Amino acid sequence: MLRIEYAYWLIAAFLLYTGLRNLRERHGWHAAFWLVLGVLFGAGDYVLAQQAVGNALPAQLAGAGVIALALLAPRLHRHAHVESRSAEQRLQSAIRLGHKLFVPALMIPLVTLLVALFGAHLAIAGHHVFAAAQMTLTGLALACLVALFAAAKVTRVPLLDGVAEGRRLLDAIGWAALLPLLLAALGEVFTQSGVGAAIAALASTFLPTGSAFACLLAFALGMVLFTVIMGNAFAAFPVMMAGIGLPLLVQQHGAHPAILGSMGMLCGYCGTLLTPMAADFNLVPAALLELRSPYGVIRAQAWSALAILATTFLLMWLFVFR
Amino acid sequence: MNYWPLLGVAVIVIGFLLRFNPVLVVVTAAISSALLAGFTVPALLALLGKSFVSSRMLLIFLLTLPVIGLLERAGLREHAQRWMGRMHGLTLARLLIGYLLLRQLLATLGLTGVAGPAQTVRPLLAPMGEAAVEKILPTLDDADRDELRAIAAATDNIGRFFGEDVFIALGAVLLIQAFYSQHGIELTPLSIALWALPTAIAAFVIQSVRIWLYQRRLQRRAANALTRTESAG
Repeated sequence: MLRIEYAYWLIAAFLLYTGLRNLRERHGWHAAFWLVLGVLFGAGDYVLAQQAVGNALPAQLAGAGVIALALLAPRLHRHAHVESRSAEQRLQSAIRLGHKLFVPALMIPLVTLLVALFGAHLAIAGHHVFAAAQMTLTGLALACLVALFAAAKVTRVPLLDGVAEGRRLLDAIGWAALLPLLLAALGEVFTQSGVGAAIAALASTFLPTGSAFACLLAFALGMVLFTVIMGNAFAAFPVMMAGIGLPLLVQQHGAHPAILGSMGMLCGYCGTLLTPMAADFNLVPAALLELRSPYGVIRAQAWSALAILATTFLLMWLFVFR
Repeated sequence: MNYWPLLGVAVIVIGFLLRFNPVLVVVTAAISSALLAGFTVPALLALLGKSFVSSRMLLIFLLTLPVIGLLERAGLREHAQRWMGRMHGLTLARLLIGYLLLRQLLATLGLTGVAGPAQTVRPLLAPMGEAAVEKILPTLDDADRDELRAIAAATDNIGRFFGEDVFIALGAVLLIQAFYSQHGIELTPLSIALWALPTAIAAFVIQSVRIWLYQRRLQRRAANALTRTESAG
């Protein structure tokens, strides 16, 4: 039976490979970062299993590993990788292969979707092929493997070169890859430490919490405001969910969790379009295009952002309390 | 009610504002909140470790990297650029709306890196857009050029943002799923991604209307300039 744990082991192997390659190229900090992360991934199930039977030591070690990652992250500087092929070679290959290049990429969502929709019915000799827990993500991992084989076939490049190329991309992304995971973990820590309860208590002093509309408006505007301040909707999400989304909207007013989460996040995305704090999206393009004002891109997208925000809020209000 | 753990939120806001490394900021915020809530150090470490490993699903997108890396080595990016280059000669609105659609569709497939400000806007969309504007209004000043380039960059951002949130392997969907699952609510990634579709469509319509209005504004200016020169002559 295919379980999500296999996907985690695959990721662990990829991370360890990335770490070892960095070690061989004498990028010590990079190597340490990816190796620690790889061990955390590989040992994750053991940590959770031991925690469940009352042995906290592995979880404590994992916690120390997380702190090590945080201390290593500022030391990761982007080092330029030599492209494995020249621009001319890539262009020739692009002309030769054409739209075929999109096929392996398309297979990732396609196979994932098939597994998500029909995986539960798939059985060989009476045994289910996919475990029920996290079936979509197990499907996604499988889809990536299928797509990798397809990509190797289409491009006639050895499979292992793909892993090396993946490692190149991972090193280019660097610590930023870890951010969503850490913010999800932060949401859990915030809730356990009572941050959510404190925000909810504060909110109820100046918010008519009996009104579902007022709570929803505070949640949406809070997502926008925190995103504008921090430049990152992912960072705003655990704060607003722990404070208003979960205690007031889901638990008190019975909001639909999937709609609230999805559309609430999108309200945050509208905030990203409005803030110079999201430099990668708003300031860097202005510089790249040699605009005279660094805020030119923000100005050009502000009305769109506000209109999308209003539409999303309206849709959320219509559907979330059904 | 113990309000001290709220300082963790302040740590995040200040840390991001002062541009410290975000990974360091987030871990520091988690530690400060838990300590202020009265966790002992061993309990804090265990909480941090457990929260981290139970959010591992957020990194599943790493498995797409070898595929994308292999395809990029074989010229995926170059092909996407050539493909977009074929939109040459379209009217301004069709060019920008066509790009918006392509960018959004590619992002829905998780291919956010094949286009972007450096990859496609600066080398392709901006010059093609300028050529299209000059067909409407032959005399462009610096402010006009800036406005067009800014709109091109904005179109690129909007297409990317409201496409990628539909792809389940990227941060947004899995962050939402992980948050709920830590609080005992199990959702499938698909159910979350589906609810991003209405906004994705709305974003496409809204930006397209704004592009069309922009083109109409330029056309009116051109018409006014024409009547003015005629009455003057």
